Amino acid sequence: MNLLVCISKTPETTAKIAFKDENSSFDTDGVQFIMNPYDEWYALVRALELKEQHGGKVIAINVGDSSNDPVIRKALAIGADEAVRVDIEATSSFFVAKQVAEYAKSNDIDIVFTGKETIDYNGAEVGGMIAEMLEQPYFSFASHMDHDGSTATVTRDIEGGVEVAEINGKFVISAAKGLAEQRIPNMRGIMMAKRKPLNVIPAVEAEGNVKVLSYELPPVKGGITMVDADDMDKLVKLLHEEAKVL
Amino acid sequence: MSVLVFAESAKGKVKKAGFEATYYGHLTAQSIGGDVVALVIGDAANAADLGKYGASKVIQVNHNGSFDSGVYASIIAQAAEQNGANTVIVNHSSSGKSLSGRLAVKMNAGLVSGVNSIPTADGGSFKVKKPVFSGKAIAECEINSANRVLTLMGNAYPPVEVSNEVNVENASIDGGASSYTVTDTKTADGIVPLPEAELVVSAGRGMKGPENWGIIEELADVIGATTACSRPVADTGWRPHHEHVGQTGVAVRPNLYIAIGISGAIQHLAGVNSSKTIVVINKDPEAPFFKAADYGVCADLFDVVPALTEAIKKHKSDS
Ligand SMILES: Cc1cc2nc3c(=O)[nH]c(=O)nc-3n(C[C@H](O)[C@H](O)[C@H](O)COP(=O)(O)OP(=O)(O)OC[C@H]3O[C@@H](n4cnc5c(N)ncnc54)[C@H](O)[C@@H]3O)c2cc1C
Ligand SMILES: Nc1ncnc2c1ncn2[C@@H]1O[C@H](COP(=O)(O)O)[C@@H](O)[C@H]1O
Repeated sequence: MNLLVCISKTPETTAKIAFKDENSSFDTDGVQFIMNPYDEWYALVRALELKEQHGGKVIAINVGDSSNDPVIRKALAIGADEAVRVDIEATSSFFVAKQVAEYAKSNDIDIVFTGKETIDYNGAEVGGMIAEMLEQPYFSFASHMDHDGSTATVTRDIEGGVEVAEINGKFVISAAKGLAEQRIPNMRGIMMAKRKPLNVIPAVEAEGNVKVLSYELPPVKGGITMVDADDMDKLVKLLHEEAKVL
Repeated sequence: MSVLVFAESAKGKVKKAGFEATYYGHLTAQSIGGDVVALVIGDAANAADLGKYGASKVIQVNHNGSFDSGVYASIIAQAAEQNGANTVIVNHSSSGKSLSGRLAVKMNAGLVSGVNSIPTADGGSFKVKKPVFSGKAIAECEINSANRVLTLMGNAYPPVEVSNEVNVENASIDGGASSYTVTDTKTADGIVPLPEAELVVSAGRGMKGPENWGIIEELADVIGATTACSRPVADTGWRPHHEHVGQTGVAVRPNLYIAIGISGAIQHLAGVNSSKTIVVINKDPEAPFFKAADYGVCADLFDVVPALTEAIKKHKSDS
C-alpha cells in the first residue's frame, strides 16, 4: 500500500502568541515549532502500522519552505520511508490541498492521511479539500481504522457519538485521538532519517482565495471573583443574577 | 445574491445548531445584502420554524441513508446554484467540518472555518473574523473569490426569533450515491454533545480516581450539563476519550464551564477559554486556572462540589 501522510508544522503548544508588522503577521521570533500533534501522534503512526502489516511505503508530505525540514526529518525518524516537500509557502488550505492532491494523483496513493486539524489555525479544512480534488470518500476525525488489505473499517467521530463504515478502494482520512499511540523516535531512527530521501519538488499553480489581513488578541477577562467555600448559595446567586448562566 | 444556510437536523428535527446557523445567516444577509434560504436534508418536522430565525425560504431535500460528506456537499452546492446563493453557511460541527472543504472545492469558494463575527462586504471586500491559535488570538480573513463558505462556531450567536414560519418547499436534488457503507452508529441518547453544550462540568486529576466521579455526574445532572475532563484523565482511562477537552481534544464554548480539580495548563485552557463564564474549584491558590476564571472557589473539591450541588437544588426548588 502507498500511504501518504500530510505533515504540518505548528508553534509549540505553550508558545507565546504575538504579532508584528502592525499585527499583520505572526511573530515567530523565539517560537519553537513542532509537528502538528494529530499528524505526528495519530496519522503517521497508523500509516506506519498499516505498512508493517501489509507492506508498501509511507511517504510524508509537507507544503512549505526549508524551515520545515527539521519537522519533516522527525517524521522520517519516527519511521516514514521517504518525504516530499513542496517548496513554497503554504498560503491557504486550498493551496495546500491542491499540492497534496496533485502528488497523490501522480504517485498512485492508496490512502491519504491528514491530522484532524492544525492546532494553530484550527481549520480542519485541508482533508476534505483533498478528498474532493481526488473524488474520493473522506473519513473525518477517525478514531479507529482496521484494514485487511482490501477493505477498511473506519470508526469516525460524529455529533455526540461515532459511526462505523466500510470502504473498498482509495480514501482520505483525518486522524483524531485514538487512531494510534504516539511513537517516540529512537537513536537508530534519527540516524537513519539522515539517509532517507527528502525530495523537494516545485509547487503546481493554484490560487489561494483566502488571506489573513490582521490579527488581534482576544478581549481580556475582567478580574476573578472569589467565593467562600462555605457560601455556595452566593456562588449560585452570582451565576444566576450576575453571569445569568443558571 | 442570497445566503444559503445548511440547517442541520437529526432524528427528524432541525437541531438547535440549525436555527443558530439560520439566525447567523440572517445577520450576515443584513450586513452584506440578500435573502436567506435555509436548506434541510432529510426529514425535519419543524423545518417551517426556520422562517422565525430569518429564512425567507426553506427548502427540503429528500435523502435516505447516512451522512456522506461528498453527497451532502453536492446537494448543498446544487442548492446554492439553484437559489443564486454565493455565500453558504454551515455549522462548525463534525458534519459541517467534514463537508465544508469539499463544498468549497466544488463551489470554487474561499473557506473560512470557525467564524465568530458577522461578515462585512464594504467596497466589495468580504471580511470575517475567526479565532486562531486555539482562541489565543483572532484573525480577520478576507475572501477574494466570488463564492464563499463559512463554518459557524457553536454558541457564537444564540438564535433569536425575528420573523414568522414560512412554507417548506420540497426540492429534488440528487447528490449521488455514497461510495462506502455505514455499518453502525452509536450516539449517546439524551446527552448534549460537548461541542454544542451550553453548560459543561469538567473535572481533572484532582478527582484522585474514576470511582469519585459520582459527585461530578450529580452536579452535571442538576443543571443539565454535559461532563468533560482533562487529558490525563482520559489518557488513564478514568473517563471516555470523547470527554477530553483542550488543545488536543474537543474545543468547547459553553455559557458556563465549571472546572473541578484541573490545574489549568495552557493546553487545557486552549480548548475552553472561549467559554462565556468560567468557574474554577481548586484547592491550590496558585493554580493557573484562577487567572482565566470569572469565579473561583479555593478549597477541597470533595467538600465544595456536593455543597454546590445542594445549593443549586435549593435554588431550583425556590424559584
Ligand atoms: C502537546 C500537548 C497537548 C496537550 N493537550 C491537552 C489537552 O487538550 N487537554 C488537557 O486537559 N491537557 C492537555 N495537555 C496536558 C496538560 O499540559 C496538563 O498536563 C493537563 O491538562 C493536566 O491535567 P489536570 O489539570 O487534570 O491535572 P493536574 O495538572 O495534575 O492538576 C490537578 C489539579 O487538581 C487540584 N486538586 C488536587 N486535589 C484537589 C482537591 N481535593 N480539591 C481541589 N483541587 C484539587 C490540584 O491543585 C491541581 O491544580 C497537553 C500537553 C501537551 C504537552
Ligand atoms: N502545509 C501543510 N503541508 C502538509 N500538510 C498540511 C499542511 N497544512 C495542513 N496540512 C494537513 O492538513 C491537516 C488539517 O489542517 P487544517 O485544515 O489547516 O486544520 C493537518 O493536520 C495536516 O495533516
